[in-house]
Amino acid sequence: MDQQVPIGVTVNGVRHERAVEPRLLLSDFLRHELGLTGTHVGCEHGVCGACTVLLDGDAVRSCLILAVQADGHELVTVEGLAPPGGGDELHPLQAAFREAHGLQCGFCTPGFLMTLVPFLREHPHPSEPEIREALSGHLCRCTGYQGIVAAVRLAAGSAP
Amino acid sequence: MKPAPFAYHRPATLDEALALLAEHGGEAKPLAGGQSLIPAMNFRLARPAVLVDLNRVAELGYVRAGRDGLQIGAMTRQRAVERSDAVRSAAPLLAEAMPFIAHPQIRNRGTVGGSLAHADPAAELPAVMLALEARFRARGPQGERWIPAGEFFTGILETALGPDELLLEVVVPKSPARTGYAFAELARRRGDYALVGVAARVTLDRRGRCQAARITLFSVGDGPVLAAAAAAMLDGQEPSPEAMRAAADAAAQRDIDPPSDIHASAAYRRRLAAVLTRRALARAVERAAQASQ
Ligand SMILES: Cc1cc2nc3c(=O)[nH]c(=O)nc-3n(C[C@H](O)[C@H](O)[C@H](O)COP(=O)(O)OP(=O)(O)OC[C@H]3O[C@@H](n4cnc5c(N)ncnc54)[C@H](O)[C@@H]3O)c2cc1C
Ligand code: FES
Ligand code: FES
Repeated sequence: MDQQVPIGVTVNGVRHERAVEPRLLLSDFLRHELGLTGTHVGCEHGVCGACTVLLDGDAVRSCLILAVQADGHELVTVEGLAPPGGGDELHPLQAAFREAHGLQCGFCTPGFLMTLVPFLREHPHPSEPEIREALSGHLCRCTGYQGIVAAVRLAAGSAP
Repeated sequence: MKPAPFAYHRPATLDEALALLAEHGGEAKPLAGGQSLIPAMNFRLARPAVLVDLNRVAELGYVRAGRDGLQIGAMTRQRAVERSDAVRSAAPLLAEAMPFIAHPQIRNRGTVGGSLAHADPAAELPAVMLALEARFRARGPQGERWIPAGEFFTGILETALGPDELLLEVVVPKSPARTGYAFAELARRRGDYALVGVAARVTLDRRGRCQAARITLFSVGDGPVLAAAAAAMLDGQEPSPEAMRAAADAAAQRDIDPPSDIHASAAYRRRLAAVLTRRALARAVERAAQASQ
């Protein structure tokens, strides 16, 4: 039973066409088929948040979507945040994470970033409780979250 | 590959989806938001041979405020319900409960129908729909039928739906005048499944007495629990703090038989049920009083 389904997806502005087995998860498609290994995989049941990507602008768990379901949709992964061109310039949120010690090992970071991009679009000046609530769908085993909260504040330009 | 192999179908219409389910009998499972089914498949706790993906069935995604009440299509995303003005005005209890379901990333995919069909005893929506006396419209090879919320949830992860039946929509009836609502839950962390939760609806009579109360609790048994003893204690009564406390205690002691598990002991769940019910009743009564003015 190896049904192959042709799909076409746009990832970080680039169109990709592939034939995939229906049971291939979107997270594994991004990592193994497209080589976009910035999307991390922690738990594969929606809890850790490491695999979060944008699907048509909304943050979703890529471990809980089949690659076939992304057919015809637009995705953004952490690789799509920094300005194109391959230089050293970071997305302002990435820069804030570096500045405020929002990461240590970095395993959780891509997921946090992909949740926070739409969050900051909707809440340009979030309060601390709003920030903490926004982070609640992600696990970080290193930072104790304080640096991440500070990074969000920094990126939002809100006073500490 | 994490999930076991399956044949994948992506019908564009409800008729096609139903035909596929009928053709494959119990072998096939509908795929809605996938936020409960795919984790189970990733761990191979579920191994459906056939998946019928409902995500292209556009006719199942809608929120409409109609003459009979609020109609919500089964494939409506939880996030859309959370953001809907129609929901906020026609079913404020539902609007209040939505942000407690998981995290935004899950609600962006998860659907109303999926949550109800999944029937997790710790889920918010079954308890809310039971409190609101919602009716569920389902269709299968035998045709279409309506199932009241009180008959829909039959056990842990079990519903009255047959394997080849689809839940199509939920209808929340219009609320009577002088009615107030409140939702409360406690979870270890925002977005986690609740240790205990409660939904309350209170209607006052013209003199400010309790004309009807409907209280449901969740994460305290095999499914959403209607706290009938508590509600009966409030009937015809002045909703004083003492009366509400007594009703909340009855809910915790008489209406539920909560489990002990790794998350909380039964005794702690009873304690939470009493406190949360008291708070929810107080807020519902206050809102009912405001609505009476
Ligand atoms: C990390 C995490 C935290 C969560 N926390 C919560 C929480 O706090 N509270 C909560 O309530 N939920 C929670 N959920 C579950 C979430 O709300 C799911 O979205 C929901 O339980 C299932 O909805 P779905 O649309 O994703 O359905 P799916 O996962 O696609 O389907 C679930 C089941 O219902 C069946 N089904 C789906 N649609 C229909 C239909 N129309 N007719 C018949 N059968 C159907 C499927 O075959 C399957 O068996 C959480 C999930 C995750 C991953
Ligand atoms: S890998 Fe997807 S949420 Fe953990
Ligand atoms: S930085 Fe290591 S898990 Fe978050």
